[in-house]
Amino acid sequence: MPREYKILSPTAILGYGFPESSFLKGLEEGPDLIAVDAGSTDPGPYYLGSGKPFTDRVGVKSDLRTMLTHGVRRGIPVVIGTAGGSGARPHLEWCRGLIEEIAREEDLSFRLGLAYADVDPEVVLAGLRSGKVQALDGLEDPTDEQVRSCPHIVAQMGNEPLQALAREGCQVILAGRCYDPACFAALPILEGHDVALATHLGKILECAAIAATPGSGSDSVLGILRQDSFELRALSPERRFTPQSTAAHTLYEKSDPCHLPGPGGSLDLTGVSFTDLGEGRVEVRGTRFVPTPRYAVKLEAARPVGFRTLSIAGIRDPILIGSIRKVAGQVKARVDELLRRESVTGEVFFHMYGLNGVMGDLERDDSGTSHELGLVMEVLAPTQEQANTICSLTRSTFLHYGYEGRIATAGNLAFPFSPSDVPMGPTFEFCLYHLMEVADPEALFIREIVNLDGARVTPGKEVRS
Amino acid sequence: MKNLREVAQVIRSKNSSPMKLTLDIIFKDREVFEEVRRRELLTPELVAGAYQISPEEIEKVLYFEPARAVKIGMRRRVRSGSPGDTDVYGAQQHAPLLGLELDL
Repeated sequence: MPREYKILSPTAILGYGFPESSFLKGLEEGPDLIAVDAGSTDPGPYYLGSGKPFTDRVGVKSDLRTMLTHGVRRGIPVVIGTAGGSGARPHLEWCRGLIEEIAREEDLSFRLGLAYADVDPEVVLAGLRSGKVQALDGLEDPTDEQVRSCPHIVAQMGNEPLQALAREGCQVILAGRCYDPACFAALPILEGHDVALATHLGKILECAAIAATPGSGSDSVLGILRQDSFELRALSPERRFTPQSTAAHTLYEKSDPCHLPGPGGSLDLTGVSFTDLGEGRVEVRGTRFVPTPRYAVKLEAARPVGFRTLSIAGIRDPILIGSIRKVAGQVKARVDELLRRESVTGEVFFHMYGLNGVMGDLERDDSGTSHELGLVMEVLAPTQEQANTICSLTRSTFLHYGYEGRIATAGNLAFPFSPSDVPMGPTFEFCLYHLMEVADPEALFIREIVNLDGARVTPGKEVRS
Repeated sequence: MKNLREVAQVIRSKNSSPMKLTLDIIFKDREVFEEVRRRELLTPELVAGAYQISPEEIEKVLYFEPARAVKIGMRRRVRSGSPGDTDVYGAQQHAPLLGLELDL
C-alpha cells in the first residue's frame, strides 16, 4: 500500500505570486512534492504563436526562487508544467534561463530535467491525412500551408515524460505544454498511487486556492493522496475548502463536469463524493479513470494572420451617439473606398463600449442610452505598415466625418493619448486544437537533463526514449 | 415564475476551449436544483431565447449533482482571440442569463 503523499501547490499560475506564510505552512507539513502549473490557453493565441510568455519575468522568477530554494535544500522534488505559459520551446528556454539564474544566485546544485512539448508539423500533417489527428469542438482542419506556417506546435504531454525524468534522478522537472494535472500526478503515480485520484487531485491543485472559499489564484494549498481518497487543505487562515467550493470548481472551464478527458483516458466523476472533514478540509472519493482504446494527446498551435494596429477614443456627443451604428458604417465605407484606390488590403473592426463592445453580435440590449461611448478601432492587415496606414486613415476619417445632424464641427473623437495609434505587432489565430493518436506517449517528447552546480551548467543531450 | 438571480448563487461564462463557451449556473438550494433537473426547466430553447440565437448554437445542458450545478455548452461565433473577437477569456458572456425566468 503506498504511503500518504503530500503535494504543495503554491499558486494557480507560476508568476501570480503567493503569500510566503502559506507556502511555509505547507512546508511544515513535509510535502513529498512541490508542483505548479505555469500555463493556459486562456490568454489567447498570441502567446503560443509568438513564443512569448503571458506572465512577467519578475513574478515568475520570484515564485521560482521560493519554490527552488526551499525545495532543493530540503530534497523535495519541484515540478513545473507548461513552462512560460504556452509551453513551446522558446517558453521553456525562457523559464530554464530563470532557473539557471536562480541556481547561480542561490548557489543551488541539482539535476534539472526538461521535457519539450514541440511536435514536428510533418507528423501532424501525416496524422491529418491518416485520420490519427482529429479536430475538437468543431474546429475545421487547417490546410498543409497553415500547419507549416505555425511557429510552434505543441502537444499536451501526459505523465510519461515527467516520470521518465524522475526515474533518471531529476530533482527539478520543467515541462513544456503539459496536461494541467500531470505535473501534480506524474510522481505520485510513479510511486504506486491511484491514477484516477492523483489526476483528479491534480485537476484541483492546478488552480491552487481557486477551489477554496474565498477563492484565490495566488495562494498556496496542500493536497494529500491516500489509498482510496484525497484531502484538500487551505494554508492561509482566511480560506477553507468546502464540499461545495470543491465540487463547484470541478465545473470550471470544463464542457462536461462528469467526464474530463486527458492524455490516455478520461476521469469519470459520476460517483464522486465530497465530504467535509471540518477545519476547512475536504475529502474526495470515488473518482474513476477510464482509459481510451488508443492513447491520444491534444495538439495546440496558432498561425500568423497579419498585423494589428489599434486606436482608442471616446465619444460624448449625444447626436453622434444616437446614430453611431450608421456613422460607423459610413466611416468604414469611406475608408474602404480610399484603400481600394491605394490597393491596400485590411480589415477594420469597431469595438464600441457602451453599445456592444463586450458581446458584439450577441448583444441584444441596444437601447443606446449610454451618455458616452468608448471606441476601439482595430485594424488587421498583412503588414504592420499597412495596418498603421489603415488605422491612421480610419482614425482621421472618423474624427472629421460630417455625419447627418452634426453640430459639433471641430472633431468627433476624444483621444486620451498622443500618439493615438498603437502598433500591436503580429496577430495569431488558433488553428490546431486537435487530438492526435500516439503509439508511444513518452517517445513523442524530447527530453534533456542538465546538471546545475551553482553557476556551473552542464547541459545534456536531447533524447527521445 | 422566479428570476434565475433569486435562486442561483453563481451565474458565469468562460471558454471551455477556443471554440466553445461554457455557461455555469450553481443553485443556492438543493431542492430548487432538483426541481429544475426533474422538470427540465433549463432547456437549450430557453437559453437560446435569452440570447436570441438559434437553439442549435446551444450544445448541451448537463447537470452536476455534487455542486447543484447546471452547465450549458455554447458555440463561440469567433474563435478566442481571433480578429473581431470581443472577449478572449469568454468571461463576460453570461449577462443574458441574469434575465431568465424559471417556472418555479
